[in-house]
Amino acid sequence: MIISVASGKGGTGKTTVTASLAAVWKKPIVAVDLDVEEPNLHLFLKPEITNEEKTYLEIPVVDKSRCTLCRICSDLCQFQAIKVMGETLLTFPEMCHGCGGCLAVCPEKALTPGKRELGTLSQGSFADNKLFLMGLLRVGEAMTPPLMEQVKKRLLKIMENNRKDVIIDAPPGVSCPAVCAVMDSDMILLVTEPTPFGFHDFKLAWESFSPIGKPMGVVVNRSGLGDESVYAFCEEKGLPILASIPYDRAIAQGYSKGHVVARLSSELENRFSDLALAIQACDCEAGHA
Amino acid sequence: MREIIVISGKGGTGKTSLSGAFAHLNRDKIICDLDVDAPDLHILLAPKVIFEEKFISGNEAVIIQDKCQACGVCAEMCRYNAVSIRDERYMIEPLRCEGCKVCVTFCPEEAIDFPSRYCGNWYVSSTRFGTMVHAQLFPGAENSGRLVSILRQKAREKAKEEGSDLILCDGAPGIGCPVISSLSGTDLAVVVTEPTPSGLHDLQRVADLCSYFKVRVAVIVNKFDLNPEQTSLIEDYCRKNNHELVGNLPHDDMVTKAMVERKVITEMKDSNMAKMTGNIWANVLALLN
Repeated sequence: MIISVASGKGGTGKTTVTASLAAVWKKPIVAVDLDVEEPNLHLFLKPEITNEEKTYLEIPVVDKSRCTLCRICSDLCQFQAIKVMGETLLTFPEMCHGCGGCLAVCPEKALTPGKRELGTLSQGSFADNKLFLMGLLRVGEAMTPPLMEQVKKRLLKIMENNRKDVIIDAPPGVSCPAVCAVMDSDMILLVTEPTPFGFHDFKLAWESFSPIGKPMGVVVNRSGLGDESVYAFCEEKGLPILASIPYDRAIAQGYSKGHVVARLSSELENRFSDLALAIQACDCEAGHA
Repeated sequence: MREIIVISGKGGTGKTSLSGAFAHLNRDKIICDLDVDAPDLHILLAPKVIFEEKFISGNEAVIIQDKCQACGVCAEMCRYNAVSIRDERYMIEPLRCEGCKVCVTFCPEEAIDFPSRYCGNWYVSSTRFGTMVHAQLFPGAENSGRLVSILRQKAREKAKEEGSDLILCDGAPGIGCPVISSLSGTDLAVVVTEPTPSGLHDLQRVADLCSYFKVRVAVIVNKFDLNPEQTSLIEDYCRKNNHELVGNLPHDDMVTKAMVERKVITEMKDSNMAKMTGNIWANVLALLN
């Protein structure tokens, strides 16, 4: 099964939960960091990276000798990435979304595929044969979904030969990058904290991810802090709270030292093992529904 | 006119709590929430909306079923896997559609509509600390970079109108499209971090992004007492890279208490946090002169 860990608000504990679940997961698993802007999972799982490669987006390159300035490409482009200025066809590579429209539509074959670097795709392993995948956006690159798609493509390739469970650390927010991360999963685990900010963004996440139609479960992090709104909302919407992690300075300090929270005490390890079981039970229920 | 943006790289480090306090501390300014994806500043400032406008951006492809001959050209051409087949009918999944117009252009039956997308709303409001410009994207929507630039432009207009010489912006997490859009022409980026491996890692990336766009960086280590060693590492990194250290704040449950009461930390009476935040704001302002 594919589980994505998302939140709406940043800093609620997505990486804490992802790293802990990956650590206690009993079956073969791939841990995937799709928060390509600020990936942090590797700081806790400390994988051995075995393969690292740059990934690219296809963008157009102009052959001036062939271009007749007919403007068919610039009329099609929705992103102002290709324009006729005076007597020259100019491209603006950083604006290009890589749709391939200009290349396909040019009647003179005056455009050829070039590339823009999106970032780095890393693959490795941790804890005896658990697999790790991560996308790291190039600093200065604005678009995250193309790199996320490349990471997902690699994941599919890994899964072709060998079926495994997958746990995805998603980016914060509820707009296109977050939706792109959770869209292809079997279950969405929402991590929240019972504060006004946490609750507000949790509701946004719920609204945003509901149309995808996947089962959702909730982890309340830093429970005991703030107020009761999150609990009332979950009850009203029938959202199962699969785990609570208490508000505890020792946990925050463990995290600050780069420790996996599930490894801090046997009590915490049990909580995450129970969460892993609850997630698998949700998957079974959904499968038989 | 000066523009300050509060960002963090990593989410949940305290951007919004500090932005709210800075808004309280500085008399003349326009407040601007540039986290259009999961905004929270309005929770503390309770804005009364004076002006509201729809944010319409880009288009989306919609197949006209009566005209569609199910030839499959759209599915072949789409680079975003947005075309799916259900019951022998071709459909476009709105969440995957990039709005590139390639399918519209190449459909031999002219069977694809291309309506504009209503992505969210933006507002000008009044708050107890002055005028605020803010927005809310609809769940799953994209193009937050464009919305960010609309908000910044509106904030500049309001600042001129009111004769204020400062625009104070609360930014988004990450280093992608919305953050890039909020950096151009900004005088100072105040980066709020925390003494954890994630905090340092994400600070480095967002500070590199600021340097790339030639924006000066000031750093606040929030909850510095959680891990003094990690705090020192962050301070060393800042000194080496000529980023200004404008002050550290301890971990304090009062921050959540203030949030629950819908107050900013500097509105809490007799608090040490309020005093320290005041000093930090004075240090930030000193950098502008």
